[in-house]
Amino acid sequence: MSKPLSFFGGFKLTFQHLARPTVTTSYPQSKRAKQPRQHGRHVLNRYEDGMEKCIGCELCAGVCPANCIYVRGLDNPPDHPVSPGERYGYVYEINYLRCIHCDLCVEACPTQAITESKMFEFSFTNRADAIYTKAELLVDDQGYPKRLPWEDWREGEAEMTGGWMRATSPAGDASFEGVVQWTGDLGVGVRAPEGGQSGNRDDEATGSKQLRRAFFRHLNPIDVNDDQRGLQGQISRGQEKMTMAREKLAERKKNKQDKKNKKDPSHQ
Amino acid sequence: MTLASVDPLFVFGHVSGVDILILLIRLLVGFGALMGAVTMMIWFERKAISDMQSRIGPQRWGPFGLLQTLADGIKLFFKEDLVPDQADRFVFKLAPYLALVPAIITFAIVPVGGTMHIAGHTVLLQIANPPIGILLMLAMSGISVYGVMLAGWASGSKYPLISSVRASAQMISYEAALGITVVTVVLVTGSLSTHNIVTSQGGDIWHWNVIRLGVVPFIIFWIAITAELNRPPFDVVEADSELVGGFNTEYSSIRFALFYMAEFMNTITMSAIIVTLFFGGPAGWVPPVAHLRWVFPILWFVIKTTIFCFCYIWFRAALPRFRYDQVMDLGWKRLIPLSLGWMLVVAGFLIKPAWGLLMAAAVLFASVVLGRAFSLGQSRESGPDSVLPPIGQRPLPGQILRAFTDLDEEDL
Repeated sequence: MSKPLSFFGGFKLTFQHLARPTVTTSYPQSKRAKQPRQHGRHVLNRYEDGMEKCIGCELCAGVCPANCIYVRGLDNPPDHPVSPGERYGYVYEINYLRCIHCDLCVEACPTQAITESKMFEFSFTNRADAIYTKAELLVDDQGYPKRLPWEDWREGEAEMTGGWMRATSPAGDASFEGVVQWTGDLGVGVRAPEGGQSGNRDDEATGSKQLRRAFFRHLNPIDVNDDQRGLQGQISRGQEKMTMAREKLAERKKNKQDKKNKKDPSHQ
Repeated sequence: MTLASVDPLFVFGHVSGVDILILLIRLLVGFGALMGAVTMMIWFERKAISDMQSRIGPQRWGPFGLLQTLADGIKLFFKEDLVPDQADRFVFKLAPYLALVPAIITFAIVPVGGTMHIAGHTVLLQIANPPIGILLMLAMSGISVYGVMLAGWASGSKYPLISSVRASAQMISYEAALGITVVTVVLVTGSLSTHNIVTSQGGDIWHWNVIRLGVVPFIIFWIAITAELNRPPFDVVEADSELVGGFNTEYSSIRFALFYMAEFMNTITMSAIIVTLFFGGPAGWVPPVAHLRWVFPILWFVIKTTIFCFCYIWFRAALPRFRYDQVMDLGWKRLIPLSLGWMLVVAGFLIKPAWGLLMAAAVLFASVVLGRAFSLGQSRESGPDSVLPPIGQRPLPGQILRAFTDLDEEDL
């Protein structure tokens, strides 16, 4: 549009916005997808054999700028050890009235025992509840964080705890891309590394795929992937929807068939 | 001369009980419809503007948030009513009514539909059809500015005072252009009555004033009426970012609600006035079915008015606020000369085409002279220092841009 007529550009844009989707998230009912490296409530991880990762070294308590962590280590009892090393975390407390979720404890931990989930929406009605002890922080037997009644857990918030820990090398050296240098977790095993910086953006692995899709209309053109732009974008989105619908239909058909087969096995 | 012939409400001559009953019904229906329309307008504005800004807007009360206005009204009603210590108490309490009452009265002259026949009586579908017609609208918009002005003055606070000064200045600047464009409409109709203005535009679309008068008077009227309404982009009166809330800063509770209501009522009324003056009011296609003959004009009227209401919302979403000097500039330097010139040309063509051409030539000549004068005035190098240098050329400390008089420095 030429410069003197750009006055009407504002009218055009606002009118176009009538048909565009709203960006508002109705917060308590629905939540935006969290970023893979969101700092939330801590979890204490366990090895795949159920042993605790914490060795009671108190490095996290030492590095904590808010002084909110209290750890006491103890020698492992020889007949039933808690952690594979010499010592284990006997007391582990985090005071969430003080915690600033800076993740320095996660960085300091030599065994990746403490990481952070993506859940930060929790509130308590007394000070005692604010101090999380080891019983609350330690993951359960399936490797997932324990859910307390005042915490608002949504889907995906317990996945990929400590996501940024599983990035490439801390110095950002591209030659360490995809190199796994962390131990496995209980129930999950060794978690996959994030998408690297030299390769294509892998929205699926970083967990930001839904976010991107919701926002692509409001992003600058340069931030929108080629296959999502303009007419080509509409076509590819349509194709995606079609394939999804087809898969769903096939699944339903299969389910029906299964049911039928179960009902009268003589048919086969 | 009986009372009935003096009172503009009883234009049909004799007065009977049925007449008064019909009048009462018209009043009640008109008032109720206007009040309903205001709540819907507030909802519509909030919803449309939030759509334009990719938000959701009101959604909690009623389906699609339709009852949001009601909830807001109830909330405001139960809030504490504050009168500032420095306020002029009587005027402070009077001002909201001075804003609201003219807004209601103006709607009385708007022809909502055609005519209707009930029990042998011919009923105009408008609350009143006074012979002074459209002048009533001008008078009421003149009075309603008193509400804003006195509210700002009586608050005893500086921002409302600035706002009220702006309101009166803006009203004076745009009332002139508004009046002159109304004159062009009246010239071509030959009557002040809104009913006659509408009926003269009946028939097909080429008889609508917007086309009959050329599009210019309509555009001038639209801009001027937007300024009269203090709606964006002319909302310097209540500019939130400059004057807190403008004239209503010190108001709370139900008095604030009255101002708010008056503003939206004015928006609807002025959209209706635009439709009446330039878009044939209820004129439009009517089906050849006897019982639908009175419904369709109302429908057309509502559709047209809604379009203009939407345009006001659209303005608000699309346009940034004018600077105060730009508002004055547009009003005095552009709209008034343009409307005056167009009025002369229209008047000339109504007498004889030759006169019209002559007038057009004269107006063209005058506009060239005026344009030259403006450009000279803007590029003036030296002048009396009592005039402040234009913004952007203010001297830095220790710097003198101009000599003190028009004389050369050697002469001093």
